[in-house]
Amino acid sequence: MSTHLEVKNLYKIFGPSPLKALKMSQEGKTKEEILKETGNTVGVKDASFAVEKGETFVVMGLSGSGKSTLIRNLNRLQDPTSGTVEFDGKNIVEMSEEELRYVRRKHMSMVFQNFGLFPHRSVVDNVSYGLEIQGVPYQERRERAYESLKLVGLKGYEESKPSELSGGMQQRVGLARALVLDPDILLMDEAFSALDPLIKRQMQDELLDLQEKVQKTIVFITHDLDEALKLGDRIAVMYEGEIVQIGTPEQILTEPANDYVRNFVENVDRSKVLPAENIMTKPLAVVESKEGPKAAIRKMERERISSIFVVDNKRRLQGVVDIADVKKLADEGNKSVKSVMKTDFHTTSPDTLIVDLLPMASEAKYPIAVVNDDNKLLGVIVRVSVISGISRKGGNNDD
Amino acid sequence: MTDFIPQLPLGDWFEVLVDLADRIFGWLFNGVNVFLRNFIGGIDDLLTGIPAIILIPILAILIGLIVKSQLTKRRDNGPEDKRPLIIGGIVAAGVFAFFFIILLVGLWETEIGIIIFFTILAWLAAGRITLTVLTALGLLLIYSMGLWESAIATIALVLVSSLMALIIGIPVGILAAKKASFGDNIVRPVLDFMQTMPAFVYLIPAIILFQRGNVAGSIATIIFAMPPVVRLTNLGIRQVPGDVMEAAKSLGSTGKQLLLKIQLPIALPTILAGINQTIMLALSMVVIASMIGAGGLGYDVRSALSRVDIAYGFEAGVAVVILAMIIDRMTQALGDKAPGQ
Repeated sequence: MSTHLEVKNLYKIFGPSPLKALKMSQEGKTKEEILKETGNTVGVKDASFAVEKGETFVVMGLSGSGKSTLIRNLNRLQDPTSGTVEFDGKNIVEMSEEELRYVRRKHMSMVFQNFGLFPHRSVVDNVSYGLEIQGVPYQERRERAYESLKLVGLKGYEESKPSELSGGMQQRVGLARALVLDPDILLMDEAFSALDPLIKRQMQDELLDLQEKVQKTIVFITHDLDEALKLGDRIAVMYEGEIVQIGTPEQILTEPANDYVRNFVENVDRSKVLPAENIMTKPLAVVESKEGPKAAIRKMERERISSIFVVDNKRRLQGVVDIADVKKLADEGNKSVKSVMKTDFHTTSPDTLIVDLLPMASEAKYPIAVVNDDNKLLGVIVRVSVISGISRKGGNNDD
Repeated sequence: MTDFIPQLPLGDWFEVLVDLADRIFGWLFNGVNVFLRNFIGGIDDLLTGIPAIILIPILAILIGLIVKSQLTKRRDNGPEDKRPLIIGGIVAAGVFAFFFIILLVGLWETEIGIIIFFTILAWLAAGRITLTVLTALGLLLIYSMGLWESAIATIALVLVSSLMALIIGIPVGILAAKKASFGDNIVRPVLDFMQTMPAFVYLIPAIILFQRGNVAGSIATIIFAMPPVVRLTNLGIRQVPGDVMEAAKSLGSTGKQLLLKIQLPIALPTILAGINQTIMLALSMVVIASMIGAGGLGYDVRSALSRVDIAYGFEAGVAVVILAMIIDRMTQALGDKAPGQ
């Protein structure tokens, strides 16, 4: 992994005297003070972050938080007031018009909230526009556009007009138009926000699938926390023009940097974000397979449980035994629990999302065993914690 | 009148300005004069005196092409199907032979050829059978009223004046849209001035600078007819949605590509509405321009007025209405067919 896009101390100020406002902002004056004194609006304040190659970096914030301004500064649809945007070590802010055009044509494409399709052009002509203005011959650009449309699942709609397509399909055209240039970086400005919820979820899934195939560096803007958590490798939370926290989805949820982020993440459905290991407990009692029924009974009685997992000497999971079966064994004087060991329980890996455990939890007789790739028992999840893991609002750390 | 406010001789100043312009730029006005006179005269000559040997093949080919494209559309068998081409060719040859026989027996009239030509144009513009038939009937009516030559003179005047107004107006509109300060602070007030100044007032400096006649009429018409196309070009370009512009820029368009491939095509329906308005204003102005010696139907209207000849005036008026309807419907149909809606 290497840094692909790096933003350093980026400011964007709108108004009559941006430089004056910039100085005030750097001196620590608040947005309101600056607006009152100079009539300038601070759009983005001192934003710094680095995006790795192949990473999906989500910038999340409510409307007015400056996230759309920020993304427009990356490809200079708006010019930053101060700061640098480095793409592969080259400062985009200082590029000439011509160099900037080159970056836009070859390296950085953008997808828009309201699609921004060209209404007078057919779908294929929309997609091939970026190639057309670079002088790519007709036949080649059509072929590439067809390919790109196939990639986003719009085969057969090439000759339609954008107005004949549904919102979701229109955004696929927008995506195909960006992808056809084979850019290194995709800028997606609230790309799915204008779509209805079902289509939105579908597009998110498809973007994840697509990302597996094409491995682009994506900067994704959204106001939707669920979307941010679902898509982002890392998330930057913006508030009032400032980035208040950058972290992985888990970090944002479990270690919110301040009250704003905490409030924001409070109502999130954690089960869709947090993996199984967050709700598993250390197995209270485990019987090694060579131990006898008496040891098993003693451990179950001590922990007041009715079943117990059996592992081998390397803690690899072998099975599970019931207290009733083991008691019978003990009465018969049998030395090994192996004969009554059952295997009809569920196992899961520690990074399975909690929400995906729900079906197995609802029908499980035994707790769910969490095992690693070597089948080593890491922990157990009892049914009640799956249910509460879904309904609970606070995470493990802020109970 | 109080003595506090001095009387400004604004009109005198303007007169001095016009005189000065005439003296300094006389050569320029002369050049414009010659150019426009020849242009208008050329179109007029073309429409009245085009030799049958040129007009007949043009008509035959146009009719053949229409037949071919209609057949292709109906049959929809793709480009491999050669039948439409063959049938179109046969029709063209037939039309040619028919007209040629008429020419040989001495029944050919250029006027009839021109009426057929305009009828074909109406079909090409709108593709609607009603408009095509009404165009033919309307023109025939003008012909039968004995106003054909006047109508052609009017068409030539309108055509040249509108063309000039568009050649100047569209670029000005584009510039006004691209440079908001220029558009709002300079173009808009000038257009307001041009549109609200009574049309007759234009006639006076036009006479001084270009003498009485078609050219002076054309100049007044150009000024009077230009505002709509400037305004609507400006409006059309400004109305291109912001996200469409951003998308085009984000893909790496140059300014020229942005204008030619995105802004103008999307603005085209609005611009065409402006062109339609400009042509209609030009038509209404050439009637007024007859007061300074412009020919055509306006002249007929004016002489009917001076003779209080009801019949003559009505006929000339109807001829103007017919031309207006035909031109309006044709240009509107072009606008409806434009992409970018």
